[in-house]
Amino acid sequence: MSDIARNAPTGGLQKRLETNSILLLLAILLLVSIGGIIEIVPLFYLHNTIEKVEGVRPYSPLELSGYNIYVREGCYTCHSQMIRPLRDEVERYGHYSLAAESMYDHPFQWGSKRNGPDLARVGGRYSNDWQRDHLRDPRSVVPASIMPGYPFLAQTPLDAEHIVEQMKTLRLVGVPYSDAQIDNAKADLSAQSAPDDPGAEALRRRYPNVVVNDQTGRNGVTEEDALIAYLQHLGVSVNFKLYDDKAAVNVR
Amino acid sequence: MSTRQAHSDAARIDPHSKTRTTGHEWDGIEELDTPLPRWWVITFYATILWSIGYFLAYPALPTLSGGTQGLIGWHSRASVARDMEQLSEIRGPVLERLANAPLEEIEARPQLLSAVRALGAAAFANNCAGCHGAGAQGAKGYPNLNDDDWLWGGKLADIRRTIEHGVRWDADKETRSETMPAFGRDGMLDAKQISIVADQVRAMAKLPGGIATAQGAKLFDDNCSVCHGVDGKGNHDMGAPNLTDALWLFGSDKETISSRIANGGGGVMPAWKDRLDEPTIKALTIYVHTLGGGE
Repeated sequence: MSDIARNAPTGGLQKRLETNSILLLLAILLLVSIGGIIEIVPLFYLHNTIEKVEGVRPYSPLELSGYNIYVREGCYTCHSQMIRPLRDEVERYGHYSLAAESMYDHPFQWGSKRNGPDLARVGGRYSNDWQRDHLRDPRSVVPASIMPGYPFLAQTPLDAEHIVEQMKTLRLVGVPYSDAQIDNAKADLSAQSAPDDPGAEALRRRYPNVVVNDQTGRNGVTEEDALIAYLQHLGVSVNFKLYDDKAAVNVR
Repeated sequence: MSTRQAHSDAARIDPHSKTRTTGHEWDGIEELDTPLPRWWVITFYATILWSIGYFLAYPALPTLSGGTQGLIGWHSRASVARDMEQLSEIRGPVLERLANAPLEEIEARPQLLSAVRALGAAAFANNCAGCHGAGAQGAKGYPNLNDDDWLWGGKLADIRRTIEHGVRWDADKETRSETMPAFGRDGMLDAKQISIVADQVRAMAKLPGGIATAQGAKLFDDNCSVCHGVDGKGNHDMGAPNLTDALWLFGSDKETISSRIANGGGGVMPAWKDRLDEPTIKALTIYVHTLGGGE
């Protein structure tokens, strides 16, 4: 092999590439794009990579605001949202994650590290009160927790000024927000933020299985309310009693 | 630089190291072509060979209509489904007996009971400990499950219903929905009356500093006794706690009690019916029942 290495530079092509920077650049681009094309392009047309699943809907405005806070606080650095198809994970967290469940996340929050538990199915596992207690002081409910507290979220009014623009932007990249959802974004946001809001029914129609905040905050809608609305929606969209695990296996 | 670049293609043996050069020479600087250790080179080619086998054995390359499926027929979803099936085969006989036997019978049979306690302990740690604590000791606002003080009843059937349908969990139609009114916030009692009732309640619980008054007794009778009972001993059907014992969910100081009377409400527990299977719910029911305070 050292013979090959020694003789190679004397050959025509390699010498030409190594002595001509433009040619080298083009050759690099060509080589790298082969990898990209083989790995990325099939994802757009292969049936089993774009599995459609019943029940997944875009985030409500309050959930979307909570998602923004989840990203801003870097929750993904310690929490994954990706239950792998492995026995121990399925035993602990529930059904393994489906690609469709995060199809409206831009960017997705799969994460790659679990200092804390996976959150892909945390929705509905705890009460809103527990989420509040836990976010403000994790050790008040889980003594062994190493998670930092986020008490300031409860004191910070939610800034949802740009929520409509964000929804429109998401629509551009493929999240199917309807005109009604965008037109009523502000109304839906306040309807989800307060118990007994008259808009709750319209909100539920636009966003099935939405969890309405059960506490009227003294500070108006806070970042904590938004984050909890987001967390309560994680992993609850798909009814796995109806989902056919074997379908994708047989399709191949 | 390129104009002055001298590029020689002559490989030679370097006299100092006795090693062959690569033949590259840039402005008088040459490069030795020291051979890689043989073990490294063999390992390198071995990994390439391995990858070919791997490509053939497992799903690897995309095609226009699907992808290569691999010769051993492995599929991640099929793999986990098989693992789960194996698991239920191992646990199957016990789980089946659990699913079919009534709660009382399971608890009466030592063999089933020990299986249930193992299963229940694992399920409790995963699903319940977040709120009720690793040792089921509870926390402020989250009931202790080791004592004999039950909000919604400590019989097997009561515990089972609480686990299945939760408490004030709106998504479940059969949830335990009774809740304490906000006597202060909703204007049923004024601040002075609340203070008097709080003193009355503390007197009924024989807490130091509790003050029983005729007015307090009447206010309690008019407002609280419907759920908490005339003697304040509580009512499981309403989730109304016993106010005469020493166990307090939120605290026994006057401020806390006043705040509870003023704001009402109560804890929320998720419904687990759709998350856990029948044997697990049964195991949890019995596990909680045997923690110490089951009725």
